[in-house]
Amino acid sequence: MSILQASGLSYAVDGKPLVVDAGFSLEPGELTALIGPNGSGKTTLLRLALGLLQAEAGSASIDGEPVARLSPVERARKIAYLPQARPLVWPQPVRDVVSLGRFAYGAALGRLSAGDEAAVSHAIGACQLDGFEERAADTLSGGELARVHLARALAAETPLVIADEPVAALDPRYQHQTMRLFASMAQGGHGVLTVVHDLDLALRYANRVLWMHEGRIVADGTPEDTFTSERLRRVFGIQAEISRNGASFRLDILGPA
Amino acid sequence: MNRVVSILLVGLAGALVLSVALGSVPLPLDRVLAALAFQSSQGDELVVWQIRLPRALAAAFVGAALGMSGAALQGLLRNPLAEPGILGVSATAALFATFVLYFGLATAGPLVLPLAAVAGALIATLLVALAAIRTRSVVTLILIGVGLSSFSAAIMALLMNLAPNPFSLADMVNWMLGTVDNRSFDDLIFALPFMAIGVVVLLASRRGLSALALGDEAAEGMGLDLRRQRLAVIIGAGLATGAAVALAGAIGFVGIVAPHLVRPFLRYDPARLLVPSAMLGALILMLADIGVRVLPTDSELKLGVVASLLGAPVFIWIAARRRLA
Repeated sequence: MSILQASGLSYAVDGKPLVVDAGFSLEPGELTALIGPNGSGKTTLLRLALGLLQAEAGSASIDGEPVARLSPVERARKIAYLPQARPLVWPQPVRDVVSLGRFAYGAALGRLSAGDEAAVSHAIGACQLDGFEERAADTLSGGELARVHLARALAAETPLVIADEPVAALDPRYQHQTMRLFASMAQGGHGVLTVVHDLDLALRYANRVLWMHEGRIVADGTPEDTFTSERLRRVFGIQAEISRNGASFRLDILGPA
Repeated sequence: MNRVVSILLVGLAGALVLSVALGSVPLPLDRVLAALAFQSSQGDELVVWQIRLPRALAAAFVGAALGMSGAALQGLLRNPLAEPGILGVSATAALFATFVLYFGLATAGPLVLPLAAVAGALIATLLVALAAIRTRSVVTLILIGVGLSSFSAAIMALLMNLAPNPFSLADMVNWMLGTVDNRSFDDLIFALPFMAIGVVVLLASRRGLSALALGDEAAEGMGLDLRRQRLAVIIGAGLATGAAVALAGAIGFVGIVAPHLVRPFLRYDPARLLVPSAMLGALILMLADIGVRVLPTDSELKLGVVASLLGAPVFIWIAARRRLA
């Protein structure tokens, strides 16, 4: 059964439609990539599906329960959400920031249960932040900070993780490491939805790709089925070639169309 | 118990003893102690019980309310410069109180003045929070606070300009500058309930302030009810600040200095910051008030003036040193 089911979601600001009749479902065991050019409505779609934004039409439900009827805490125990903007104001130690991921379980900083502690330590290890636990957030590089936020989301140990551009600030090594982490979580039965701008990463790691263009979902399927030169030109405005080499795919971006 | 809290407790106890022992009338410690135990002359008991103790407690409660309100507003608005004084909350509360005094409404009952101050504080906090949530810009927020402060000060100046006699003028100056001189236990009793409710509301909602450290969006995703959290802080800080102003007039910068000084010792956690900020705020104002009383000036310095003299440079220092966001 789907963890998250969205159908017919629509949202407009001042008469300008940002998301139009968008529907999708997220299954356990799947790593889904949401791709689309800037301004195609990806973030708005995520917020609608999470119930953080009130949809004008359509509905979303988590484990069969409409998001509108879930309390914030109930929702947070099912979905960990990593937003795109992650402003940190206080130079808190890394471990404390990650511990905030346990908020929905009633944890308060300085008073974590044994279960909370274990989840936090596990998330810190998974994001390769060992040794950084007591570092102040304002002394970290952009990439280290991105991993701290990712660890915060993972510490919630939810069945579903939704991440909005989690790898944007990371170097290639950590980009691949993060996608591998997502892939192994999916193999372990979690559902993962991530926005990525690097099409290579989507092609290589995702089981499923949602293509978004001008507020609509224009394709939904495996990378093999949906990555075509024609679609890349139409959605992203780029000229690209797809070549198949045995089981693996190769994407060559030649330039703007 | 936390080490910071223990140290502050000792400091508070010491400051309370000093406050009761020191004053314009020299009184040896044994006579002070005797007066506290009602074993002394009526004159001594009057000085200790009617003058020094209520004054010391007023300074402590006002400092605690401002310190905690400052810490909570800073957590909500994610800005170390947010504070009842800077945001214009104190000035608006003082204006409402002055209004009541000016038109002689305060004689209608002992609760009129605190109610007016609390109403002013709540309105100002609501305005500033609405603006903060709409703009999400730190600079805009501070500027709106400055605007609100200036506007309240302008109306206050207008009232002073039109003051019918020097007595009401002197009264208004007191409200503007802030003082705990001549406070009685009755004044305390009528302000404390509002303060207590405000403090309870702030403490009950403090865990959400930790979540807000990651930003509104992440906090909401983490399961925080953002509307309830904002409302709780606005009401809590409004009640506490309003009651503080009702007791002492507008006293600025305590709410900025106290949280700033204790923050590093609490791992920068906005939730754990509340209680130590209140304690340090109380300590700062008690010490400042002792200073005001023992300084050999011709006319006594106003507490709010001293607080601003010490606090404004700290404000500039914090603003100049910000690194994150």
